[in-house]
Amino acid sequence: MTQTVQENLPGSSPPPAHGHHKPTTWKTYFTFCEDHKVIGIQYLVTSFIFYLIGGALAVGVRAELATPQVDVVSRELYNQLFTVHATVMIFLWIVPAGTGAFGNYLLPLMIGARDMAFPKLNAVAFWMIPPAGILLIGSFLVEAPASGWTSYPPLSLVSGQFGEMCWILSLLILGTSSILGAINFSTTILKMRRPGLQLTQMPLFCWAMLAASALMLISTPVLAGAMILLSFDLIVGTNFFNPAGGGEPVVYQHMFWFYSHPAVYIMILPVFGMISDILPVHARKPIFGYKAIAYSSLAISFLGLIVWAHHMFTSGTPPWLRMFFMVATMIIAVPTGIKVFSWVATIWGGKLRLNSAMLFSMGFVSMFVVGGLSGVMVASVPFDIHVHDTYFIVAHLHYVLFGGSVFGLYAGIYHWYPKMTGRMMSELWGKIHFVLTFIGFNLCFMPMHWLGLQGMPRRVAEYDPQFATVNLICSIGSFILAISTIPFVVNAVWCWVKGEKAPSNPWNAISLEWQTESPPIPTNWEGDPPLITDPYAYGLKPGRKAIGAIRGSDLWAAKP
Amino acid sequence: MQGSTADTETMMNVAGTTAVDHHADHPDFRIFGLIMFLIAESMIFLGLFAAYLTFRAVSTLPEDQMPELELLLPGINTMILISSSFIIHQAEDSIKENDIKGVQKWFGISALLGIIFLGGQVFEYSNLDFGLTDNIFASTFYLLTGFHGLHVLVGVLTILAVLWRSREEGHYSEESKFGIEAAELYWHFVDVVWIILFILLYLL
Repeated sequence: MTQTVQENLPGSSPPPAHGHHKPTTWKTYFTFCEDHKVIGIQYLVTSFIFYLIGGALAVGVRAELATPQVDVVSRELYNQLFTVHATVMIFLWIVPAGTGAFGNYLLPLMIGARDMAFPKLNAVAFWMIPPAGILLIGSFLVEAPASGWTSYPPLSLVSGQFGEMCWILSLLILGTSSILGAINFSTTILKMRRPGLQLTQMPLFCWAMLAASALMLISTPVLAGAMILLSFDLIVGTNFFNPAGGGEPVVYQHMFWFYSHPAVYIMILPVFGMISDILPVHARKPIFGYKAIAYSSLAISFLGLIVWAHHMFTSGTPPWLRMFFMVATMIIAVPTGIKVFSWVATIWGGKLRLNSAMLFSMGFVSMFVVGGLSGVMVASVPFDIHVHDTYFIVAHLHYVLFGGSVFGLYAGIYHWYPKMTGRMMSELWGKIHFVLTFIGFNLCFMPMHWLGLQGMPRRVAEYDPQFATVNLICSIGSFILAISTIPFVVNAVWCWVKGEKAPSNPWNAISLEWQTESPPIPTNWEGDPPLITDPYAYGLKPGRKAIGAIRGSDLWAAKP
Repeated sequence: MQGSTADTETMMNVAGTTAVDHHADHPDFRIFGLIMFLIAESMIFLGLFAAYLTFRAVSTLPEDQMPELELLLPGINTMILISSSFIIHQAEDSIKENDIKGVQKWFGISALLGIIFLGGQVFEYSNLDFGLTDNIFASTFYLLTGFHGLHVLVGVLTILAVLWRSREEGHYSEESKFGIEAAELYWHFVDVVWIILFILLYLL
């Protein structure tokens, strides 16, 4: 139900005089700019560059693992490679891209605001990221961190002070940036909605960002606490986590995972939201179960905070506690399943447009289900004890983080690229990108399930020769994956400059961000933004209720 | 802040707020944002408290090696901090009546009490017979009180910054009082954290 309401919104008529908004040129992106659209693109491009760096590190890891012997890199360098690879991918690519890039770009446009609630704070949060990334990656020049992205003490206390401190400082800066971002997202969603737009009328991405912001606000500070204690152990010589001095390393694990498990949801919830917004557009059908998807994001957010110790089943966690965390973890499959079934029901019987955004979205759903299912497997204590610290875990986490988050981020880029740049991307090269990514990804990570079940440990530079063939297949897959980014980068850069001009609404979408120019003007809309109470009203039949008005009883009332 | 053109001025009236530039087309949400920030802050303290309690629960340190803590000085310090919270609250009533002199008085006393608190803590540190790295409880004691002390320092600096700005005629008024409210809210937060910390470290 699209309706434009002309009412006197505070401050929107006459159009706001944003004196500091100069026309956006390429130079703007290198400045401290407060426009949420500029900041969103700054986040996206910066984090993608870090993704390429993290990918290069992964290629180094896989090159070493192509043969059972230590040949390509030394054991020490290998440890540094996988440590920095994981840290870059999580903290400098998926988190800033999912929340920072798409959150900043889309939220104000989706809820009819002119900007984020705190634009200056927003710019500060972005500009913390490049120095933190340079610090982390630059540590290779001296000595990179080498104790894994988890940095468990006592290993992290003996694996090199310099690299470890670079890692801690980098994470403290990135964590602060993330908290400042969350303050902005939550305030914007809760307070900045266009008058008349209710929470249950927002696009689902906004719900997902609300849930992710809550996690960022609540869990990230605890990681900061752990980092403070760890740095005291490293530099001052305290013994918080050092068992040799009467400390308790398991306390670090609890504090670390109290953030790092919710971090998984910080990385996947925004992508859930994006998929919920992309599928209906290209399936030309209303989203199935709007409220179920919206509230399941909140449920995941809540449950995500009380399951962290499932990473610690082998850390001497007592059986009763294991039982609690096992059951709580498995319960997360319920809200996640609600989403997956809703997405399948959304595309079921739709007039699918199989363009790049849709291919990556459907790739996301199918690959995420694989990761979700292995997630339920490793939630089970007896199974987890068997596969803990094996390649099964590596396979699982890449199916949720790459098959999930990265596929979803690609889908989001293809879908919103015309809005962001005012140009269309090449569909042909997009499809080539998808096929290469899909094949490379599965070739790389599917065999790792088998490796893990056979007992190959993770984080080792050399391994038993019986695993040689399968590891070679994984490495070939990773090289295909690396090559797959080339058509994407060429496509994205080329089309930004020379691509076909995009109309304001190339996908005939209903949600608010498409009801303005591509790219949007600095104030987002001339005059008042329209009020869109049902952003998913595709294939509307007369008499169909608006999403906010649907009740469970309608299921029974409806005639077959 | 640049850009407060005549247009912006008009808009400020429309929106009923005196906030600057880009805040002009919507109400002032900065207190809301500060509350979000304080939620994050309290989670750091919660994490550190939880770590401390776990250390206590699992530690095998003999009783006679546990750090001895005097109660008198921190007790006085606690009274100082709690009373400063009540005092800074008076500024809220003053600003409602546009009484900047009153705000300056209450903020001045609060800053002074904060400085006395910090001085008391430094005095306590210099008289303790254990050091930062002696054992896990000594370390946690210094870390928790030091981290809180850092927050007190930030609170004092915030109060002083408000005092500094209040010299300018009309900087704060009944309608424009974010700085005053924010400093007060932060001060209450620091106070509440101390009460929990005092109970955990000194009384339990």
